[in-house]
Amino acid sequence: MLRVVSAAAIGLVFGLGIVISGMANPAKVLNFFDVFGTWDPSLMLVMASALVVTFVGYRFVLRRSAPAFDRTFHLPTKRDLDVPLIAGSALFGIGWGIAGFCPGGAIPALGSGEPSPFIFVAAMIGGILGANALRAAFARRRVLA
Amino acid sequence: METSFTPIQALFGGSLIGIAAVALMALHGRVAGMTGILTGVILPKGDWGWRIAFLLGAVAAPVVILLLKGQSLPLQAEIPTSAIIMGGLLVGFGVTFGGGCTSGHGVCGIARLSPRSIAATLTFMVTTFVTVFAVRHVMGEF
Repeated sequence: MLRVVSAAAIGLVFGLGIVISGMANPAKVLNFFDVFGTWDPSLMLVMASALVVTFVGYRFVLRRSAPAFDRTFHLPTKRDLDVPLIAGSALFGIGWGIAGFCPGGAIPALGSGEPSPFIFVAAMIGGILGANALRAAFARRRVLA
Repeated sequence: METSFTPIQALFGGSLIGIAAVALMALHGRVAGMTGILTGVILPKGDWGWRIAFLLGAVAAPVVILLLKGQSLPLQAEIPTSAIIMGGLLVGFGVTFGGGCTSGHGVCGIARLSPRSIAATLTFMVTTFVTVFAVRHVMGEF
């Protein structure tokens, strides 16, 4: 119970950060990248402050042997660069540049009740399901071959 | 559409994102990456509760702001529906193969100095920049 309540509270803090900073507003996001047009540098400060807080906080947290509500830290272990990482990230950027929403921006934006984040999130879930199906199909072929 | 530079909100909001990322690691031992959390809800492999709770908390944020301030923060986008759908499909496809997005790679991964996250973030920042330039200044669209 405490796990679920604390996760909801952390989600709320995350969402408040996203909404207050402007990451849930496609106009602000797209203007950050539009250096040769209507440039709005706000998101640079969003990324910078989020990164500094997380960098410093992780130094303290990851020194401990385990998190409060779990037996281990669940950290990604892969360190090598590969084609899916770079190609996938490149496609993500193209989509972000077209629609102005990234996943972390779009989910809190749902709470605004506006139609555009719902359309975006539905399409994004379609993309996630499609990519997972494709990856599973590749994995099956590799096993058979 | 022009938006004004909002340094105070940017620093305050960004700090809240960081605090949430640190708290999720300290209490749950999890990376605050929206891609991973969302994928774990739509394609569950167990351990579903904290993820759905996190998502619901995030969705509640604009409602809380509306209750506190009496007005919702603006969501300005004059983007055609077809572009939103195309963007959403590309984002979903891309973050799955790329293993993360702005929150997972850009904040949590870089904070751990992960080479994969640094490479992923540089890649998507460049392609987003190029895409916005192409859409706005080459094609002359939104």
